[in-house]
Amino acid sequence: MEERNIIGHKEFSLKKFFFQWEWMLVLILLVIHIINANLSPYYLNLKQLVSATATFMDKSFVVLPMTFAILLGDNDISIASNIALSSVIMAVTYNLGVPMQAAVIICLVVSTLCGLFNGFLITRFKELSAVIITLATSIIYRGIAYIILEDQAAGGFPSWYSFLGWGELGGIPFMLIAFAVFAVFFALLLHKTTFGRRVYAIGNNATASRFSGVQVDKIKIIIFTMVGFMCGITALFLTSRMGSTRPNVALGYELDIIATVVLGGISTAGGKGRIGGPILAIFVIGYLRYGLGLINVPSQVLLIVIGLLLVAAVLTSNIRMDVKKVGSSTSDVKQ
Amino acid sequence: MVQVEKSEAKKRLGNGANIVKFRELGMLAIIIIVSVLIQMRNPNFLTFENIHDMLTNTAILSILAVGMMLVIITRGIDLSIGSTLALSGMLSALAVAANQNLHPLAAMLIGTIVGIGCGAIVGLLVSKGRVLPIIASLGMMNVYRGLTYMASGGAWVSAHQMPESFKRIATGRILGINTLIFIAIIIYIIAFYFVNYTRTGRQIYAVGSNPESAKVSGINTSRVLFLVYSIMGALAGLAGVLWVSKFASAQGDTATGYEMSVIAACVLGGVSMAGGSGKISGVIMGSILLGIINNALPLIKVSPFWQQCIQGLIILLSMLANTLIKRRVDKQNLLRRKI
Repeated sequence: MEERNIIGHKEFSLKKFFFQWEWMLVLILLVIHIINANLSPYYLNLKQLVSATATFMDKSFVVLPMTFAILLGDNDISIASNIALSSVIMAVTYNLGVPMQAAVIICLVVSTLCGLFNGFLITRFKELSAVIITLATSIIYRGIAYIILEDQAAGGFPSWYSFLGWGELGGIPFMLIAFAVFAVFFALLLHKTTFGRRVYAIGNNATASRFSGVQVDKIKIIIFTMVGFMCGITALFLTSRMGSTRPNVALGYELDIIATVVLGGISTAGGKGRIGGPILAIFVIGYLRYGLGLINVPSQVLLIVIGLLLVAAVLTSNIRMDVKKVGSSTSDVKQ
Repeated sequence: MVQVEKSEAKKRLGNGANIVKFRELGMLAIIIIVSVLIQMRNPNFLTFENIHDMLTNTAILSILAVGMMLVIITRGIDLSIGSTLALSGMLSALAVAANQNLHPLAAMLIGTIVGIGCGAIVGLLVSKGRVLPIIASLGMMNVYRGLTYMASGGAWVSAHQMPESFKRIATGRILGINTLIFIAIIIYIIAFYFVNYTRTGRQIYAVGSNPESAKVSGINTSRVLFLVYSIMGALAGLAGVLWVSKFASAQGDTATGYEMSVIAACVLGGVSMAGGSGKISGVIMGSILLGIINNALPLIKVSPFWQQCIQGLIILLSMLANTLIKRRVDKQNLLRRKI
């Protein structure tokens, strides 16, 4: 019998290192690039590839906190509506004469409050799953956006505001830089702090972690509030890119974002996966869309591709878990 | 002494049951109160024509709500039904447009079969693939919606391409009452029998209230799950044909977001999102109440842009109310227990 060390120090195993889901994603990403390069002669161009990230970076901000929510075993369906509502409120307050800086802050406050409201309901009504509650609030949030703006568009933002979505610093889109900053922050939060370890603990066994003194409710509320806040950030960039906003903006973003997180190897059962996966998956899905767009594939086909990708990602992760379970049970028998 | 305890227990049991009964009666009371209030604002509300219209408009919703109730009872949810409805409606409309002599029943059959296929895929993913229902149906929702656009090439199938016989499926009248209402009533009778008096129907409840013990007691849970999603698909497929026939046009974006109304009807009708409970009578009342609200908002001059928000609030509040009621019932059950 081998000796166990209680210290949480894992030994480096080369086999384990190479059998990570992240490598699979890198492989898929390479395949996508190769296929795209063959389909279109204009594809392989470093400058082009970097600035192309701006076409899909807007929704990637929500992917980061969403990873936390799915690690908890929960899910937030209301993100798209939250983005629409905060974007609409920002545009309307600006058009009412509020300075743009204040409107931006209002946007972030609204989205954070929406997230907080979700978190409050989810922790107060534990009998209802987070999915159902956020499904209901998603209808309400988008409903409010419709009440405010009806079927009109609002825009006419000052010129500096368009820098958020279109600006570049040294040839790199500003959005990509902002995303990198947030990504580092969330990666450190998940993998280097007690908060992050507690998220994994809750995802694996909420009851056990509550009995070990983890404040489950508090952490849940914080995470759903973070999701809300990042919805506001997405709303800022998205609105800036589009130059105006409508109540039906960001329709279907929840599918994209959940698909990205799940494709990144985060188990929907909670507690499994690392943040690198979703970050890679953002680029996989983004370049897939971009490449298919280059060869004029209609957006309806894209819908099908993303939908199938989501289902396939979950299926493969379930199968992987089965294989692991079978593997561990046979090794038990050997002992 | 024992006698006293028994009678006391009975009393408390009565109290617990009363709350559940009270819920149904409360729904009826709400329907009546809302109707009277609207009638006071607009005297055209409670006329035969308007009630008939309202029931016709609610028929499709209530058909879908039956299927959704079964899905929710098994702790699932199906977001793909709006797209399934659109796809089956589109395919049957295309079939009818290509072959004008097609019998209406054949068109309904085509739609239902397409629906069963769509539902079965979701069912397979949920039962065999163990994909969360919300993820599976969210993914397939987009696949079906994309297929709908591709099937028609983005074009509409409009009224002049459809033969009279097809349009009459949903606009014809029997004894002065719309056929849609009859179809809904037939489906409700079948569903009532299926849910309450067949073994499979009871197994659905068993799987929903406790999947583990259902499995231990020999119920094939994955078969039940598969069946439930297939039934939902079949009803959505049928509803697709009815929808296209009623509005005499099949479009790519037919019934986008309609799944929310269906879920709202179920939740309003007291179907618990935690699974295991829900009654046909409740779902009927939930659909009717939602139908009344949808019908009445324009009548009392509420802007259509308020409708979505109001619907969302209704879903949320009735869900929270259901939870609070259930908490009280559970608490009373605990009090009843003698230690």
